[in-house]
Amino acid sequence: MIAFLRRRPGLLPLLLLAPAIAWLVAFYVYPAIQMLQASLWSGTLESGFTFSWANAATYSAALGRYSDQFLRSILYAAVSTVVCLALAFPLAYTIAYRAGRYRTLLLFIVIAPFFTSFLLRVLAWKTVLADDGFLLGPLKTIGVLPEEFRILATPVAVIFGISYNFFPFMVLPIYVSLEKIDRRLVEAAKDLYAGPVRAFQRITLPLALPGVFAGSLLVFIPAMGDFVNAELLGSVQTRLIGNVIQSRFLVNNDYPTAAAISFMLMAGILTAVFIYARVLGTDELETGIG
Amino acid sequence: MLRWLGRNALRAYTGLALVYLLLPIFIVALFSFNDPVGKTNYTWVGFTLDHWANLFAIPGLLDSVVISIRIAFISTLVATTLGTLAALALVRYQFRGRPATSLFIFLPLATPEIILGASLLTLFVAIGKPPFFPLNEFTILIAHITFNISYVIVTVRARLAGFDRRLEEASADLGADGWQTFWRVTFPLILPGIAAAGLLAFSLSIDDFVITNFTAGRTTTFPMFVWGSARIGVPPQVNAIGTIFFVVAVSAVAIGSFLQRRRA
Repeated sequence: MIAFLRRRPGLLPLLLLAPAIAWLVAFYVYPAIQMLQASLWSGTLESGFTFSWANAATYSAALGRYSDQFLRSILYAAVSTVVCLALAFPLAYTIAYRAGRYRTLLLFIVIAPFFTSFLLRVLAWKTVLADDGFLLGPLKTIGVLPEEFRILATPVAVIFGISYNFFPFMVLPIYVSLEKIDRRLVEAAKDLYAGPVRAFQRITLPLALPGVFAGSLLVFIPAMGDFVNAELLGSVQTRLIGNVIQSRFLVNNDYPTAAAISFMLMAGILTAVFIYARVLGTDELETGIG
Repeated sequence: MLRWLGRNALRAYTGLALVYLLLPIFIVALFSFNDPVGKTNYTWVGFTLDHWANLFAIPGLLDSVVISIRIAFISTLVATTLGTLAALALVRYQFRGRPATSLFIFLPLATPEIILGASLLTLFVAIGKPPFFPLNEFTILIAHITFNISYVIVTVRARLAGFDRRLEEASADLGADGWQTFWRVTFPLILPGIAAAGLLAFSLSIDDFVITNFTAGRTTTFPMFVWGSARIGVPPQVNAIGTIFFVVAVSAVAIGSFLQRRRA
């Protein structure tokens, strides 16, 4: 075996890659194809499903029936992305340039939420944002807020939850981009009589853009698939496309509709990722994950 | 003046951001000491250590934790092995199709979890005989290995990027064969990267809810237990378990970085 490889060194990397690639083909690519097929099924779980291209009408029916949830998902994901960006940029900036010896500690705190159960974190916000919780309760007692004021079960709570959950994915790529910037460029700008604001606008911000784009994608994508925040923090009026997929698949056993919606969501997102990767590469995206 | 204001505003903001990040973690831990009236544990009533003393008094909780740990352990082992081999190939060798392979490996990370879970469910439905498709611990395991492979590859590859190949050449110059060089030089040097990837894979697996929800059937992992009890009221013991997981994970990271610093 080793002697054989010595004669054909080109085979070694393929051999090393083969198990992982085979696994992903079997359990990532093939299920996606299977899902496309399932979207063209008709029938029920009990009677069995039959495949026919004529069932493509499922797509238009699903789009028509769940357009509200689709649009709501896009809206919530977009707003969450903007909120994350606004909150993350100053923090990433501080960590990159002002944190000194606390830098590692701050970076650790940014990822610390990932060490607590995701569901428990969402439920913790439910506690904090509760109508009479320790955030709103006191404000209502002193009369700053009217008694009927609430955050839970509103779009604000869902967007808040989504933003919180994916916040670290925005901070990390921006931090990495900022950290890579050669600070002498900023000094040069100041030597050329640019004020701090102008230097930021003309040097720091443009150079941080790859991180901003990567972070935005890393927040927007999982936000599009959310159903946990919508379920635990929202109400019937905040149901997202993720809730539809979840209930069609797991409650109603309506596999064709669920598969059609999932496939559309997947196709839309992967197209966006492809375009992104073609234009900007995947390096920045991976800094948010690795 | 503007500068002073800018600097201190940034500082105050950072403080707030840290509170925002850490508050839910604190709440989870705090409410494990709460003594709630009835089933819901959303308002603070009083301090008690009862739930910590009777950690597994809730039926099914211990089982769910054991299942989660077992799945996390096996999926980490498999994904870290397959992922490390693939990462080695991607960093160490130039071959045709390498950029395409990188992009392919990244795709599962760019796919929303709900889609990964849904497509695996479709697969399991399609290959089973309805209505008896076998969703159990094994199908959860397959799902977890699938998403962990990509995470491991990306993490190990990032750590391998700074690897000094001259160390291997030196080993070969000293008469070691390829196998000896790998185990005595390469492997010890990349081990911290592999360990970091393993730690990430383990924590992703033990906390995964969305994909598990689609592939679990009746198997109840710890996150599935939390989800199931969220409707009727999460018992404080669940908060206690969450707190233990947090402390263990943070300690593992702290010990890891301490060991690495001492080696360096």
